[in-house]
Amino acid sequence: MLEIKDLHVSVGEREILKGLTLSVKAGEVAAIMGPNGTGKSTLSYVISGREGYEATQGEVRLNGENILDLDPAERAAKGIFLAFQYPVEIPGVATMTFLKAAMNAQRRARGEEELATPDFMKRVKDASAQLGVSQEMLRRPLNAGFSGGEKKRMEILQMALLQPRLAILDETDSGLDIDALRVVADGVNALRAPERAFVVITHYQRLLEYIRPDTVHVMAQGRIMRSGGPELALELEERGYQDYIAQEAA
Amino acid sequence: MVKLASEAEAAFSSFYEEMKTKGATGLRSAAWDAFSSKGLPNRRVESWHYTDIKAAMSKPAPLAIGRAGVETARTHDSIRLVVLDGIFRPDLSNLSALPEGVKVQSVRDALAQGTPGVMALIASADVQTDDALLSLNAALMQDGVILRVGGGVTVEQPIELASITSSDEAQSSFTRSLVIMGKDARATVIETAGALSAASIQDNQALIVRLAQGASLNLFSHATGQSEALVRVMSLVAHLDERATLSAYSLIEGAGLLRRQIFARLDGERARVAFNGATLARGRSHADTTLIVDHAKPNGESRERFRNILDDTSVGVFQGKIIVRPGAQKTDGVMQSKTVLISDSATMNNKPELEIFADDVQCGHGATCGRLDKDQLFYLTARGIPRKEAESLLIEGFAIEAFDGLENEALRNFVSERVTKWMSGRTA
Repeated sequence: MLEIKDLHVSVGEREILKGLTLSVKAGEVAAIMGPNGTGKSTLSYVISGREGYEATQGEVRLNGENILDLDPAERAAKGIFLAFQYPVEIPGVATMTFLKAAMNAQRRARGEEELATPDFMKRVKDASAQLGVSQEMLRRPLNAGFSGGEKKRMEILQMALLQPRLAILDETDSGLDIDALRVVADGVNALRAPERAFVVITHYQRLLEYIRPDTVHVMAQGRIMRSGGPELALELEERGYQDYIAQEAA
Repeated sequence: MVKLASEAEAAFSSFYEEMKTKGATGLRSAAWDAFSSKGLPNRRVESWHYTDIKAAMSKPAPLAIGRAGVETARTHDSIRLVVLDGIFRPDLSNLSALPEGVKVQSVRDALAQGTPGVMALIASADVQTDDALLSLNAALMQDGVILRVGGGVTVEQPIELASITSSDEAQSSFTRSLVIMGKDARATVIETAGALSAASIQDNQALIVRLAQGASLNLFSHATGQSEALVRVMSLVAHLDERATLSAYSLIEGAGLLRRQIFARLDGERARVAFNGATLARGRSHADTTLIVDHAKPNGESRERFRNILDDTSVGVFQGKIIVRPGAQKTDGVMQSKTVLISDSATMNNKPELEIFADDVQCGHGATCGRLDKDQLFYLTARGIPRKEAESLLIEGFAIEAFDGLENEALRNFVSERVTKWMSGRTA
């Protein structure tokens, strides 16, 4: 589903990704682990198309199609979803207005009919009940005054409503207590499907106890340094990232 | 007699000669002296530094004359009082819908009668300003509406003061309306300033608001126009007694040159004012909001929250001054102006000022000016919302913030619709 080959990405003058190669199949949950400051969030931004994150070399393909020339909205309509590490607060935009605009924009881009209001309301109601998102939260402006846990649940709610093909979770566990982590993980697990892939970016192994990955990739120095199965996460938990940081210094 | 230098001032002088035959000679001549001693303000007059009204009004068109047979579309569910081309038009107003305790009189009739008490209300001299355009308005006022809400009366349905210009020919109009509210009276007034034609119009209108003890007025003002050649000065002069409350919201859709100026005096303890609003400007339009809030008595509260959205080569101005007089202790004032520039060529001028002569007060102000937030834009587009639509959502949200606390839902919806419509008219 996702094929990244020899990707080099610069932010300003600085090269952050230095020849990253990664392949994720449909139905797969791929965990990307690595020390802070190694380019994990940059990877999530370049896949989703954030301005200022320019690929200078290499390619990113989604189901065979090069997506680097598409703008963020086009990528979203093709099924890419980024659950933000720090979801932004948008005080003037009502949450429901935003959800409807997003769902219908993607449907329009795919040539599908827009959702009628009752259908939209029902979808939101069902998904928010599962994720413990209160009606009160839905009535507020988008993410405005939400706690860290509420923001993360709102991200997963959006993911459930938008039904992406490739979901990237950027440090979704950061700032979550154990109960909130379980709710978020349950939400993700409920969306696991043969036609959908996940890239789970995390610093700690903890999240992976709740979202079991199929593959684990160690990222350091702007590259994937090592790939393996779930056992690799446990090894990292024990030994830390010292092996990879040492290589960096060498 | 002061010698008037410019073509404009000569024209105003001839208007004055005409208007002083229509009553209120004393009031008019005092106002004319105040105006003609200074003339139209140039940019060296501090309060007009960012708006070159002297240049904009250099060639006044003839005085407006009322005309018949004009249809004006209704936009609000209100009891509407229409001032068309400078003249109050009972025939276009639904006076029969006015509830018990509410009275309406034309300013023209009041001026002809010259009852001293009414003249004092019209002159509104206890709110001190030395603004030349307001003096000019008093000297040349043609007509307007006096709306009185009796003590203890609550008016549920909004009353609309619609001031509309319809002429296809260039014209100058001077109108002055009053809203006089008795003790503990409550009402909502919608002030609309519209133009039905794209003619070269100079419109100088004033709204005098007097709130007696405990009275409460919700005021919603909406200004639109169709022409680059429109020059409009809207003055709001408000006087509040003890515990009176004025909650004012404005939506300014810039066209030509528009100056909205507010002079408010909180002249009783625990009086409260809120001036909020959004200004939308594009093309070459110039939109100026200037206000002076004068706290004269203790325990007053003032809130100002303005949002400006400027596109193309438009120019915005916000000048806000809060004065706290000696003895006006425990005054609580917060003033905020935020601007989003959608285009590289738009300009915003912000000038907040505090003049505080009491020691136990809380006053603050803030002004920001910037572009749309990139993080917010990325967030929305990453969810599949196309960039243009995402920008509109953010702009609408930004504008709507100024209307938090506006209780009338129909007016809130009206603002949303207007902002959405304005955004859909973007060219770039």
